[in-house]
Amino acid sequence: MAVDIRLASARITRENTNAQEPQHLMTPGDVITADTGFMRGHGTYMEDDKLHASVAGVVERVNKLICVRPIKTRYHGEIGDVVVGRILEVGQRRWKVDTNAKLDSILMLSSVNLPGGELRRRSEEDEKMMRDYLNEGDLISAEVQNVFADGALSLHTRSLKYGKLSQGILLAVSPSLIKRRKTHFHNLPCGASIILGNNGYVWICPSIDEATEQTGGFVQDLEPIRTAEREVIARLRNCVALLAEHRMVLFDTSILYAFENSSKHQVKDLLKPEVMKEIADMTRHRLEIE
Amino acid sequence: MAEILLSEAEKTFILHGVQDGLRQDGRTSEDYRCVEIETNVVSNSNGSSRVRMANTDILVGVKAEIVEPETEQPKNGRVEFFVDCSANATPAFEGRGGEDLATEIASLLDLSVHLDLEALCIISGKQCWLLYVDVLILECGGNLFDAVALAVKSALHQTRIPLVTVSVGERGEAEIELSDDPFDCKRVGTDNVPCLVTLNKIGLAHVVDACLEEEACSLAKVVFGVTENGSISSMRKIGSGSLDPNTINDMIQSAKRVGLSLNDSLAEKLKEEELFGDKKTTKGFLR
Repeated sequence: MAVDIRLASARITRENTNAQEPQHLMTPGDVITADTGFMRGHGTYMEDDKLHASVAGVVERVNKLICVRPIKTRYHGEIGDVVVGRILEVGQRRWKVDTNAKLDSILMLSSVNLPGGELRRRSEEDEKMMRDYLNEGDLISAEVQNVFADGALSLHTRSLKYGKLSQGILLAVSPSLIKRRKTHFHNLPCGASIILGNNGYVWICPSIDEATEQTGGFVQDLEPIRTAEREVIARLRNCVALLAEHRMVLFDTSILYAFENSSKHQVKDLLKPEVMKEIADMTRHRLEIE
Repeated sequence: MAEILLSEAEKTFILHGVQDGLRQDGRTSEDYRCVEIETNVVSNSNGSSRVRMANTDILVGVKAEIVEPETEQPKNGRVEFFVDCSANATPAFEGRGGEDLATEIASLLDLSVHLDLEALCIISGKQCWLLYVDVLILECGGNLFDAVALAVKSALHQTRIPLVTVSVGERGEAEIELSDDPFDCKRVGTDNVPCLVTLNKIGLAHVVDACLEEEACSLAKVVFGVTENGSISSMRKIGSGSLDPNTINDMIQSAKRVGLSLNDSLAEKLKEEELFGDKKTTKGFLR
């Protein structure tokens, strides 16, 4: 299979299996109500004394307040969330981080663990060395420390489990697909680690052992990765992508089931729509019977 | 181009992977991602197509118009390519941001797409058909050139030009008469329209159909136009990196192999699509 061209008419549609359609589904411009007694919430606008939806989503009502919760949205951060982000800019005592939120998040120099000891005063030297610690383009895992009034997030990496990420694959999925769990760091038994950021960024990397965990990621191992390990990572990546494509919630069990179900296919075959659907259906079924 | 940021470690990971022959998503260096093609998607055009290749989304429309031929080539019809990079694809295309890329793609199409222009002539030196080929880039997911060429070829394949008859009028001047029957039309020969195959050099190896991440790791790429009989019709290098003559030879070989199978599968699918005829329901952008 070097080239695989298909026709749109042969497209496999994503039919909802256990689906009852959610009630009050709106598309942008739909009239929610003509009653003026309601208050205008997020995702709505008023025109000609009627309340319209400004996003595609589900209507939610709290007493007199009407909101539309969008189906496709950017990440809406909450304190304590684990996120994966990419450094966009190095600034005065802070880094700007892309976390798939509406605004760029901020990582203060004072809220990172610098290499060589947890409790160290941040000197002016450190400020000058910021680019050596984290440069533009670098990936980090972090926790949301605070949410500012405008919705921007402030992050921290003051624990050894957070920090700079080394070799691996980043995959962006919708934030709503990540299941909130006690832990978002998983060392999967198939021989790879995965970080499911609450912001929808999924990081897949070779298994992390104790020693590398202690460095906060500042010591990077850029040695080639063994092919067997690489194949596991590629397979995991495709599994996560196919689950996301079929709108299935991502957590350790669902990913592991998809991984196991995919074992009879070659890694690159997991990119084919029919194989993707088959594995997603098998995984859904297996999750349902448990 | 739509550039993305990558960290050093990610680049290393991709680079080693390509050298290992196992890319991020498990493909080998000569594998394409799944391509989805639909023709006849724009009802008020003479021919149109939409191509989706993973996240790359291209819409092409062909419109024919009667104009005067160029003075240097009075016996030839004309083809004009216009590429528009939608700001929906990436915010970098906003305003005039996509213009450089658009001109680059348009000039590449100009260079490589060869139609039978004489067939587009109506009255030598007076009237000819002008085909406007409009390419709209809706989403960038890497490997734009190949996707655009696929879309252009399928759109041209589906293009129907109304048949005209030339008669001599009362005062001896030529008159053009358009047939009343809308199905009375001819096709544009696309046998010599090549598929573009882009080879990205990453580290010491090269890959086809690079995704955005892989494109960020590659310093040089070569775009080959490969025709249906496997000959290379055009070649252009893009990017700042340098290439060894041996590498280029290797690239030509891969481009030939991949280009042939690309052309074959495209031809097969276009034939299949044609069999549906009018019964085809347009899928369009609904999922």
